[in-house]
Amino acid sequence: MAELLRFERVVKTYRIGSVEVEALRGVDLSTDAGEFVAVMGPSGSGKSTLVNIVACLDTPTRGRYLLAGEDVTRLEDDRLAAIRNRRIGLVFQGFNLLSDATALQNVELPLIYAGRRRGRIDRAMDALRAVGVADRATHLPAELSGGQQQRVAIARALVNEPDILLADEPTGNLDSVSSGEVLRLLEGLHGAGKTIVLITHDPDVAGHASRIIRIRDGLVTQAGPSAPREAAGANRAASGAESGIR
Amino acid sequence: MTPVEALRIALRVIRRHALRSGLTMLGVLIGVAAVIVLVAVGNGARLQVARSIQGLGTNLLIVFPGSASSGGIRLGLGSANTLTVANAQALRPGPLDPDVRAVSPEVSGTVTATAGSRNWTTTLQGGWPPLASMRDYHLAAGRMFTWAEVNGAARVAVLGQTVAQNLFGSVTPVGQPISIDGTPFTVVGVFAPKGAAGRVNEDDLVEVPLTAAQDYVLGHSGHVQNIYVQATSAGSIPYAESEVGAILLDQHHLSSPAQADFQILTQQNVLNAATSVTGTLTLLLGAVAAISLLVGGIGVMNIMLVTVTERTREIGIRRAVGARRSDLLAQFLIEATVLSVLGGAAGILTGYLASMALGRIAGRIAPAVSGGSVLLAAVVSVGVGLVFGFYPAARAARLTPMDALRRE
Repeated sequence: MAELLRFERVVKTYRIGSVEVEALRGVDLSTDAGEFVAVMGPSGSGKSTLVNIVACLDTPTRGRYLLAGEDVTRLEDDRLAAIRNRRIGLVFQGFNLLSDATALQNVELPLIYAGRRRGRIDRAMDALRAVGVADRATHLPAELSGGQQQRVAIARALVNEPDILLADEPTGNLDSVSSGEVLRLLEGLHGAGKTIVLITHDPDVAGHASRIIRIRDGLVTQAGPSAPREAAGANRAASGAESGIR
Repeated sequence: MTPVEALRIALRVIRRHALRSGLTMLGVLIGVAAVIVLVAVGNGARLQVARSIQGLGTNLLIVFPGSASSGGIRLGLGSANTLTVANAQALRPGPLDPDVRAVSPEVSGTVTATAGSRNWTTTLQGGWPPLASMRDYHLAAGRMFTWAEVNGAARVAVLGQTVAQNLFGSVTPVGQPISIDGTPFTVVGVFAPKGAAGRVNEDDLVEVPLTAAQDYVLGHSGHVQNIYVQATSAGSIPYAESEVGAILLDQHHLSSPAQADFQILTQQNVLNAATSVTGTLTLLLGAVAAISLLVGGIGVMNIMLVTVTERTREIGIRRAVGARRSDLLAQFLIEATVLSVLGGAAGILTGYLASMALGRIAGRIAPAVSGGSVLLAAVVSVGVGLVFGFYPAARAARLTPMDALRRE
């Protein structure tokens, strides 16, 4: 399959006062189109920095980041904005919906910044329908449950049909029932061919992915092509019918 | 993003944050309204003073007696009785003073006028027939007294509107007898209302021939209080002034203007003196207005700074879904513009209405809203709203998307 995302010796250092902190210390990784990858690591491992760079919210200090073969490491601000707008869908732990806008208006945002006018509301409604919250279109985020808010956020991330859906601890603020729903939604999207990068510290959540990349102290420690054991079990449970036949 | 799109987003944000938007607009509103009202009051006072000076008459010069010098002791202005009827006669239009149109001496005093059972304390003014028209009085009924009546010291009177109302009510006064300090007079005319000029009610007077006033009511001092001189036109006032000066010096056998025992005031002199006073008043009011504008501006800035944290997260979210910096700057600029313009418009309306209301309540001074003050207030306040509304948000828009998202 075509390589969609590639990190080459990516280093990111932050300056906190007079101290330089190396958040990423030379990360290499690669993801193909259509993969469902989980990035795992404890807090402070550099996960968040990785997400920010993948999402083009931040740029590497050294190294290269290629998105579908294009080096996006040194792009100017407006080009990065365009990439965030069209090629990457971001889902956050804290939903990050605009509190003064309805669900529909939130989903419309990426379309507005993409300069789309024709059929905008229809497309936003379609996205809401796809995640099952079309009936909440005119509600403000404060009037929605956590699970519903995260669905709206996913609809917003998907509305411009990005290459990658990047979900940063998407279930971190949700109860187990809502978490299950959101994860099933992600699996469904993967099944439909969407590339998904899921960042989490929770092995159960990571288990839904087809591949796990482990990160610790700013370095990738394991980026194996197959899912590890404990996650494989979860995978099997999720596709129980299939294993029953075998 | 199109401008229409930016406007829609800005309007939605304004609507959803009604309190924040309202307070911002209030700051601008107060500043604009304060400037308009205070400048209108100052302006109204200036116009009022100017009107009351204009109300003295048209193209008038007033000759006052000068200070007396008695044995080396110089007394104050008006202390000398240096003006006589003969002086006034000499000033009547002639070859020596081609720029003078009319002249009248004036004597006046406070008297009690009685008609039937009613009486009224008023000002008696004795003069020559031209005096009324020189001072812009017009007849509402009857006639002015004549030169013949001046020469014959006829006891005829022309009443000001206020006196006519108080003595006769709805009865026609012309032809009626009245008594002035006990002396019987006949009313021959009534002046049309001239309105109050400043604090003086110019309709509260009785005008009679100079000779009648001196012979029967005020007594003969051989002198007059003032001599009114009317120039032929506004442009000829300076010439009239020097002609009058020359004639009076000659009359008083004085050789140089330095010895003059009289003083000639033109309306322009009086107006200039008054204008410098009202100018100070306007400046004071303007300073107060400037302070309110500043306070309003600080209010706007305060609200904007308080909300900037909230805005920072909004900026982060918008940037994360693909907004460019220019998109956000456009949004904030439009937001600040809409708020400032709405606030400014409301301020102009409020200031205008408040000026009108003040005019109704205060009565004495009619505030005059000046276009300049409206423009100034609008420009400054909109500027204040724009700068204070736009700057904090624009600064936040310069953050990297990640920093903006991380702010709590």
